[in-house]
Amino acid sequence: MRAWPGSPRPAPSWRAEASKVLPLAEALRRHVPDGTSVCLGAALECLIPFAAAHELIRQGRRDLTLIGPISDVCFDQLIAAGCVRRVIAAWVGNVQHGTGYGFRRAVEAAVPRPLEVEDHSNLTIALGLEAAALGVPYLPTRSLLGSDILARSRSLRTASCPFSGEPLVLVPAIAPDVAILHVQRADAGGSCQAWGPTGVAAAAGKASRQVIVVCEELVSPHVIRSDPNRTLVPGFRVAAVVPLPGGAHPSPVQGYFGRDHAAYAEYHRRTATAEDARIWLDEWVLSVPDHAAYLAKLGAARLNGLRPRHPRLAAPVDYAG
Amino acid sequence: MVVAAAREIGDGEVVFVGMRLPLLAFCLARSTHAPTAIGVFENGIIRDSPPLGFLVTMSDGPNVSDALWCTEMREIMGLMQAGRVSLGFIGGAQVDRFGNLNTTYVGAAAGRGTRLPGSGGGGDIACLSGRHVVIMAHERRRFVERVDYRTSPGHGEGGDWRRRVGLVGGGPAAVITTLGVFRFHATTREMVLTSRHPGIAVDAVQAETGWPLAVAPDLTETRPPSPEELALVRRFDPDGFWTGGRSRGA
Repeated sequence: MRAWPGSPRPAPSWRAEASKVLPLAEALRRHVPDGTSVCLGAALECLIPFAAAHELIRQGRRDLTLIGPISDVCFDQLIAAGCVRRVIAAWVGNVQHGTGYGFRRAVEAAVPRPLEVEDHSNLTIALGLEAAALGVPYLPTRSLLGSDILARSRSLRTASCPFSGEPLVLVPAIAPDVAILHVQRADAGGSCQAWGPTGVAAAAGKASRQVIVVCEELVSPHVIRSDPNRTLVPGFRVAAVVPLPGGAHPSPVQGYFGRDHAAYAEYHRRTATAEDARIWLDEWVLSVPDHAAYLAKLGAARLNGLRPRHPRLAAPVDYAG
Repeated sequence: MVVAAAREIGDGEVVFVGMRLPLLAFCLARSTHAPTAIGVFENGIIRDSPPLGFLVTMSDGPNVSDALWCTEMREIMGLMQAGRVSLGFIGGAQVDRFGNLNTTYVGAAAGRGTRLPGSGGGGDIACLSGRHVVIMAHERRRFVERVDYRTSPGHGEGGDWRRRVGLVGGGPAAVITTLGVFRFHATTREMVLTSRHPGIAVDAVQAETGWPLAVAPDLTETRPPSPEELALVRRFDPDGFWTGGRSRGA
């Protein structure tokens, strides 16, 4: 790969391995050390890897840079827990209720730690990741001309199109160290498939130096290869696969879980002050030893209540050829 | 506000739909005068029918079921940047005289301020959609002479600012509030009150607006929702989760 300022360094060996399955804690210990830039919540409000975020908090991770388009509560939790130094995002809050108190406190009062914010729009986040995915140093857009996002940005630039002369905004490549992607199914080699709206997940999988896949179901390689159009990230780009049903709770996973609106409402209600947030984090993250204990704390009744009532299978496709 | 917003949607239009009231407006419009309107969502969903169940976010399960297309954000934004989305809806924390929106930072640059969530897709909609409609509660603290931070550009400094800056989208076409409907002056591009909601006096609107309000010479009263429109709003928001108390039916 050609090198340019900010280009992704060549990734570690992509040679296919027998199995990349790891427990969550180990996958994060190996691939997400202090100071890592990590893309989380790439699919906006669905498929958010909350279990991974909670494990990062439990492991006492520090100085992370979080990258994503719209973060529904997940970034807020990591920020409130003191794990984050910098955010590169278009929107950070609680979609159902508006503000994310953890994000606000960090920006306004440096509580619990100072937070740098690189503001973007959804399109510029997407294009930054796409540029890295395509192996080019930047991509142009017509968006954000005349906005203060552009005026105050230290990354976005303006230029005249060399062909037409019209004004353009240039978005430099965004290459996260790691993307953590929650998907419906993956095989042990890391090839994964997701359905529903995927936001910038595919771009994140291409742009990031490493990809950690968290899946509802671990399936045989035949299942993946039976529907190759549905593949989100091929296994040779994936560093670890973590089978973790319910690992996106409270966010929705099409075919598996509806959104747990009550959880978002409770988070909003219980994190308005720094002390409240500490209490909430202690109850739902720090005192919970692992994801299995988290699911046990939620209880089977609540989890089953989130399951779709009836299947909604797609019309089969015939790949014979 | 929902009903007024729905009336802005033309049949056959491709509409960039957000959450909350714009989603209800889309559902209502499709069920009444705009049966072939297409709704696009920044998470990657394109729909040609109202969602089958109540939504809190655009990524909730019912928005996916029976969708026309589930794809990547890039496809939706690209459609809009290529000029194929004729209408978008945005909300904001602050709006100013020329329709610029602030969803980033309220308060003096040097000193205490309030950090808001950010642009999301709002900045993109404001720059790239064929036209956009703002939906906001009308309060003095929100309707300011000049926004503290221009997240989503409206008409900037006024006049032909958008053309000079190089923006391809047409800009704000209307601001729908809890007090009335505003459009933009043809040349100055400042906000002009064109209809006040039933029971709302012009003085009341001015009291909640932080600049000398321009009022259309042919000011009308906003046509109230019909029983059919109200029934449809109730159908798509049965518990008043999004409309409870705020929409005043208009």
